[in-house]
Amino acid sequence: MNLFCVGLSHHTANVETRERFAGHTEPDCILRSAGCAEALLLRTCNRVEVYGASARRVSTDEIARCLMHEAGSVSAITDRPHSEAPPFYRYEGGKCVQHLFRVASGLDSMVVGETEILGQTKKAYERARASGAAGPYLHRLFQRAFRVAKQVRTHTEITRGSVSVGSVAVDLAHRIFGQLSNCKVLVLGAGETSERTARALVSRGASDLRVSNRSSDRAHDLAQLVGGRAIPFEEWPEQCREIDILITSTSSETPLLTLANLEPMLRDRIDRPLFIIDIAVPRDVDPEVNELDGVYLYDIDSLQSVAEQSLALRRQQIAAAETIIAEHVADFVDSISRGLHRASKTSEHPSVGEAPLRTSEL
Amino acid sequence: MVHTVVELRAGVFRPVRFNFFAVGLGFIFQTAFLSMRGHALGRCPITNLFEVFIFLAWSVAAIYMLVGPGYRLSLMGAFTAPLVVVLQVFALIAPIDIRHPVKLPANPWLEFHASISLVAYGAFALACIAGVMYLVQERQLKTHQLHSIFYHLPPLSDLFAAITRLLWWGFVLYTLGIVSGFFTGHPLPRLQVVAAIAVWLLYAAILQGQHLRRLAPKRVAALCIIGFSAALTLLWGITFTAQMPSLP
Repeated sequence: MNLFCVGLSHHTANVETRERFAGHTEPDCILRSAGCAEALLLRTCNRVEVYGASARRVSTDEIARCLMHEAGSVSAITDRPHSEAPPFYRYEGGKCVQHLFRVASGLDSMVVGETEILGQTKKAYERARASGAAGPYLHRLFQRAFRVAKQVRTHTEITRGSVSVGSVAVDLAHRIFGQLSNCKVLVLGAGETSERTARALVSRGASDLRVSNRSSDRAHDLAQLVGGRAIPFEEWPEQCREIDILITSTSSETPLLTLANLEPMLRDRIDRPLFIIDIAVPRDVDPEVNELDGVYLYDIDSLQSVAEQSLALRRQQIAAAETIIAEHVADFVDSISRGLHRASKTSEHPSVGEAPLRTSEL
Repeated sequence: MVHTVVELRAGVFRPVRFNFFAVGLGFIFQTAFLSMRGHALGRCPITNLFEVFIFLAWSVAAIYMLVGPGYRLSLMGAFTAPLVVVLQVFALIAPIDIRHPVKLPANPWLEFHASISLVAYGAFALACIAGVMYLVQERQLKTHQLHSIFYHLPPLSDLFAAITRLLWWGFVLYTLGIVSGFFTGHPLPRLQVVAAIAVWLLYAAILQGQHLRRLAPKRVAALCIIGFSAALTLLWGITFTAQMPSLP
């Protein structure tokens, strides 16, 4: 039995190519069409991969043909010129094991260390198991992959910090206030980014949202969308006395909030921090405001800079994660080798569920 | 402390309970030592500068163990450990373990005064440590330079709540310590009384400023560090001058 992985990802194919494989192929279709004993399809927006176990060698073309057929693009593969062959990669044996461990741990993701891939891998495994497409070989492989991913996450800082502007803002709010449920949030300017940030804050527990915009209709619409209430635009400065978080993204040409007009408003709330997220360009808040005690001002560049710092921190962790993965790959191969040795002593004909993978097959 | 510094430098610090257990183990040894010493002396072992420093280190560890888990301040252990280490190493290295030539008679008020004051110092020490943690995090938030340690520090609001509570605990205990000092039956040196009241006034001012919202959290955190430095200097002065007559 051979373990293999055939696929394409954001490393090898652009979104146009990946779209061609965005059909609804089920693992058992691959199983039937290509002659695999076991098969599992992992499909995300950044990758399409088939993990399989088969007694005979299933060619990459066969898998590709099956995927494209299901995606309704069979003509594309049969008619394509040789130079336009989809950039599929193929890993076998130990390389396949290592690749899966890297994928599940988020090392192969577009955003290094993202954790969504582990959930997607678990769902793909559950689907394949439920349909009977995944058997004992893939079961052992994927169970180990989930363990490895968990260990990498626990023993390194590969998932540390936020790497998108919206999540950085929410993460910082959490670092300043702890629970967001008691925070009062004012959204000034009803743009798309403010809406996304406000939604992210709501998802983390913020419940008191106020929206203010030059166009009161748009303010009411956004307030309704995020479960807040609209405030007349002329009243927003007064709100600064009681709010904890200000998200601002108006199209004003001059700063709306300056040191001179904010300082008097903070006198009565000296013990409470004010977190200002200024995502407007040109900026709505004078940078000098950050000098005030208890005021934390982040503009779009500083949020981006924090996101990049987190990403750099995650990249520093790759070597530590690779070490953990290498240990597990070696151990996985070794455990199979030991399983073979035990099985040859205890049983001449092990059942399928207990059948060890042969070292040579890896 | 070494464990945490190594992990933070490698960028792989994990908020495990290592710090808590490390300090806890040290606390058990400290308790055993103080117990044996107290048994040998037949009184609370706060008779010279050496014992005072060991007792203070014990108080710091004890209050960390009470406060650390409650406020999810696992990293506080990494900040607490250096202080405990410095106090103990100094106590062991410096020639300050000078026995009194005559066995001191037991004085419950004096023992209560000394021990409760040292526990108050422990609370002030922890408030000082929480203040350092607050300022570190605040600085990183202001400058937008977030390092590995940032992700392990508790939220600013939680830290400030811990600082406030520690200050109140310390203040109440310190007040009890000062009041009980008047019942010891010993004449109180005027300089020590004035200095002790000055430290008490400093902490009272910090709490008042915080309560009346006159002091920003950042300033309260900074004052906790200044306050503990002053308290530690006073403690040194009191114990040092108390030992003077017994020096050869």
